Amino acid sequence: MTGVPGRKGAIWIVAEQAAGKLAPVSLEILGQALRMGREAGGCEVAAVLIGKDTGGLAEELALFGADKVFLVDDPRFSPYQNDTHGAVLAKLVAREDPEVVLFGASACGEELAPTVAARLDTGLGAHCTNLDLKADGLLRMGVLGFGGRVHTEMFCPARRPQMASVKPGMFQPPPRAERKGTVVREDAAALLEGERIRLRAVKVVRVEPVGVPLEGAEVVVAGGFGIGGKEPWALLEDLARELSGAVGCTRPALDEGWPPGEHTMIGTSGKTVRPKVYLGFGISGSPHHTVGIKDAGVIVSVNSDPRAPVFESSDYCVVSDFRKIVPALIREIRKVKGGGLREPSPA
Amino acid sequence: MSGFHVVVLVKPVPDPGCYDRVEIDPATGVLARQGMPSVINPSDRHALEEALVLQERHGGRVTLVSMTPESSAETLREALAMGGDEAVILSDRAFAGSDSLATSRVLAAGIAKVAPFDLVLAGNESADGGTVHVPSQVGELLGVAHLANVLRLEVDPDGSVRARTRIENGYVEVVGALPMVLGVRREINTPRYTSLMGVMASQGKPIRVFGAEELGVDRSGVGMEGSNMRPGKLSRPSFRRKGERVKGDTDEAVARIVGILRAEGVLG
Repeated sequence: MTGVPGRKGAIWIVAEQAAGKLAPVSLEILGQALRMGREAGGCEVAAVLIGKDTGGLAEELALFGADKVFLVDDPRFSPYQNDTHGAVLAKLVAREDPEVVLFGASACGEELAPTVAARLDTGLGAHCTNLDLKADGLLRMGVLGFGGRVHTEMFCPARRPQMASVKPGMFQPPPRAERKGTVVREDAAALLEGERIRLRAVKVVRVEPVGVPLEGAEVVVAGGFGIGGKEPWALLEDLARELSGAVGCTRPALDEGWPPGEHTMIGTSGKTVRPKVYLGFGISGSPHHTVGIKDAGVIVSVNSDPRAPVFESSDYCVVSDFRKIVPALIREIRKVKGGGLREPSPA
Repeated sequence: MSGFHVVVLVKPVPDPGCYDRVEIDPATGVLARQGMPSVINPSDRHALEEALVLQERHGGRVTLVSMTPESSAETLREALAMGGDEAVILSDRAFAGSDSLATSRVLAAGIAKVAPFDLVLAGNESADGGTVHVPSQVGELLGVAHLANVLRLEVDPDGSVRARTRIENGYVEVVGALPMVLGVRREINTPRYTSLMGVMASQGKPIRVFGAEELGVDRSGVGMEGSNMRPGKLSRPSFRRKGERVKGDTDEAVARIVGILRAEGVLG
């Protein structure tokens, strides 16, 4: 590993797949890598894809603008586990010597990134919420600590590559590229040679969540601890349904078991959403949650406590009881829709 | 085999209930956390609980290892009141400013000091930093298999391990064998309450302290100097918006919200 700041090395992203599709966060970090590459005057952007029968996804990464895609395809890479993926990735990075390596901070990325950083003795920023490449080639990594209350810039000045895991939902995926990149097939057996494989993933279970996903929803209806129970929670589900929106929640509400599951949690340890309209009910407004809605178009908050901190980070503040507001709002929405004023939505 | 030696990594952190009071000193740009009581990192309590369950089932020993100033001994004592046989504090001025990898080097040296070990359990992440790096990096440095995001754990007397780890919208079942380092998520169990008996018993449990010298760590690989990551500016993120109060009764408020929904093009 050379440790020369300022040299124009490549920016890499480590792509991840689930159920035959690229993970959304992989395209998000590819988008940011391409953006940083352009701003730096055009450095190479490459993706690494490790898996089984993933040639098609490698082509897809090339179509989305990766100049080069390193494809490591072998039955031994499915399902994912960090022993094999970590070993192969560390070897590839050591061989190719990129300047920057980005991971999605998914469950897999959360263990794969520190594994590779330890093997290469380099620096890693965790769950970054922003990233940019300074003129001197230093990657500025923005991370949040103390439950979203403190933002810290982190740098890896002396070691290469500079590595970061990136929180899902922070960046936009790239458009299709004009020029397709090349796919480089790696020799999986050679990369695995001499590696001790101590773990074996024997079963993968995925439960596709029901309802409109938070990512990409135009309307998000979110509830907090103030909702007070499973029954009133159903009101929020009804409202979201009327608006073809998604339901979100805070950590305290999730802990009470009112929302359908962890996939609905918004915030530092949950999802980042960017709806056109966010409607929040019974939410106190801790930074843990508000950090996840900072990119929302319009934020409307309803809380019976006029001093709720959430109002500071809202565009419109309604001091009222959600039990009054939500049923009345559903009635009004139905009236508007029933009036034939609305085109049926294409979705 | 008479049970396992389980090492639990424990980190005293500023009480997460007080994070609203975290301030940045405008003069120095340094984090001011005065007056914030120190508690055991919440997810580490789940790691300790899991170790105690294994001990109840298989016998063996539980050792707590913590990289923390010696002044945190009382917080460690609180952990010992929950359970465990002894605690080891890794404390040295040379460790200050360590990033996750440098911290992992100190922890790996501390674990080596109490070796042989069968299993290392850690909370998946700390409440203050929350990198989720330490379980994987300690595993790498010790040269043993490791997993983060563990939701469920079964260890057989012969040392074979079956762990369930979280993935997006699901889980993976992973098999392997001890020794291992595992980062556990809070869904794994419900930590027990500390009993009065536990508090009394903790008074007699040994807490040993080791510095850089005794651990034999290379000072160039720990602390600020030995850290690849360097912090830059600290700031308080602001999510402030215009905060316009919507006046009037329920009907007026609802009419206003409907107006906003229509103006944004998501209704009507």
